[in-house]
Amino acid sequence: MRPGRRIAGWVFIAPALIVIGVFFLLPVLLAVGLSLTDFDIYALASLRNLQFVGLDNYLAVLRMGLFWRALGNTLYFVVVGVPLSIGAALGAALLVHSRLARCRGFFRVALFTPVVTNLIAVAVIWKYLFQTRYGIVNFVLGRFGVHPVDWLGDPHMAMPTIILFALWKNFGYAMIIVLAGLQAIPDELYEAARLDGASAWRQLRHITLPLLGPTLMTVGLLTMVGYFQLFAEPYVMTEGGPLQSTLSVLYLMYNQGFDWWNLGLASAIAFVLFVFTLAATGLLVRAGRRKGWV
Amino acid sequence: MNRARAAAWTVNGLLAVLALVTLFPLLWMLSVSLMPQGSASTFPPPLLPAHPTLANYRTLFVAADLGRYLLNSLIVSGGITLGALVCNLLAGYAFAKLRFAGRDRVFGLLLAALVIPSQVAMMPLFLLVRELHIVDSYAGVILPALASIFGIYLVRQYARAIPDEMLEAARIDGAGELRIFLRVVLPLLKPIILTLTILTFLTAWNDFMWPLIVLTGNHHFTLPIALASLAREHNPDVEMLMAGSVVTVVPVLLLFLLLQRYYIQGLLLGSVKR
Repeated sequence: MRPGRRIAGWVFIAPALIVIGVFFLLPVLLAVGLSLTDFDIYALASLRNLQFVGLDNYLAVLRMGLFWRALGNTLYFVVVGVPLSIGAALGAALLVHSRLARCRGFFRVALFTPVVTNLIAVAVIWKYLFQTRYGIVNFVLGRFGVHPVDWLGDPHMAMPTIILFALWKNFGYAMIIVLAGLQAIPDELYEAARLDGASAWRQLRHITLPLLGPTLMTVGLLTMVGYFQLFAEPYVMTEGGPLQSTLSVLYLMYNQGFDWWNLGLASAIAFVLFVFTLAATGLLVRAGRRKGWV
Repeated sequence: MNRARAAAWTVNGLLAVLALVTLFPLLWMLSVSLMPQGSASTFPPPLLPAHPTLANYRTLFVAADLGRYLLNSLIVSGGITLGALVCNLLAGYAFAKLRFAGRDRVFGLLLAALVIPSQVAMMPLFLLVRELHIVDSYAGVILPALASIFGIYLVRQYARAIPDEMLEAARIDGAGELRIFLRVVLPLLKPIILTLTILTFLTAWNDFMWPLIVLTGNHHFTLPIALASLAREHNPDVEMLMAGSVVTVVPVLLLFLLLQRYYIQGLLLGSVKR
């Protein structure tokens, strides 16, 4: 073996490793340290104002009413949003996959389109579609005798409206993956079931869904991890309001870190969110394992 | 009407309704962007512009500097895509096909790091970028995105199918490793190059949180940041915002339509194991 070959591998991975090491792995390690300091706007001015505070930031987070409010909002978004998104994805995938469907190519792209649109742009669009006085949604509902709803201005309605928006924006992603899962199920299984006289509903329950289990598990996990990182939607549509009803944990981290420059506290919030995300992922994986889906 | 026909009608009807729901907001955006100022906020809300006009676009580009933001978005997304192609292709191929000490351990470490969400790194990253004096610059947005673990993983999965005999044959002919990579490997990786290109470009174009943090003045704003700051102003103008949204959405939408096969390929490869 020529000497060049042995080092070629390291030379090839060097640029990527340097970028990932310097701009991701190193900051992650530093974040652990940062979360144990009182890094604030004074430390930003001079590091001499920096003090080691142990676990104080973590205790402060757990004692902060606003953190629990934000966590509650985030969990609401995840617990309602993920099943809705996966359910819609499954329904849409079954429709597009159906032998009765026409123009499948068109529908597949049309239903997927929201995924590749810019989140900020479409959040702005939704804000106006759901506007109380001039919005199309209230106008259409008005035709059916429904009084105007203050979608983004009512503390009880703002989060459901954001969930509806996230559903619209994201179900296409899971749909594409579920579609690939559906295509992998052999036709013979359905033919055999039909010969046995099984109805479409029974074929769905006893063939499609069990075989699709692992796929649904994967997209469920990916969607959940993404939904825990709720930020841009409330940032654009509600600014966390009304009455903090759409303030998410990540939004709180952004506020603390980059509006108030409490970078130590913000790092602690980031780790606490990470732990909650891991715990929720673990729960879902355990539930899936019981069904043999993982 | 028999049952089979009723079922076909139901399936296609539901699909049509779903497609209407997904596409309507985008069509509405396009329509309102062509309305004269103030005419969308009337009752009943108009669906089509009575007198279509490009005035909103003209105002945005002339008075609101939208051209600059569009250029910023192109520079940032283009820079990230080019750099990420170089880094991820080299690394992905090396992890798949070159043998070197510590290869599997390093790759395993990278895969494990995939579970760490990016926001954990953001606070120290900001301080680091500040030390490097690249806050509020293109470099501040581009540098951290120049390589991605996911991109490396994608290339590695694909490159593993390259037959070793081909590489050995080139080595016996006396070709160096870089030459083999450029002449033999790259042509074989064409589909995954397209996948990586479109995935990276779209992710960079749509990225929000990091650019929002690192771009502190509006000189280097990308389109999403500029749009968000317009939308958060007191009493913004709907028609103008919709024109801004069109400019933000349409370029990448066209790119997606052009390369959708490769984009979806990437999504599927990525969902197998993340």
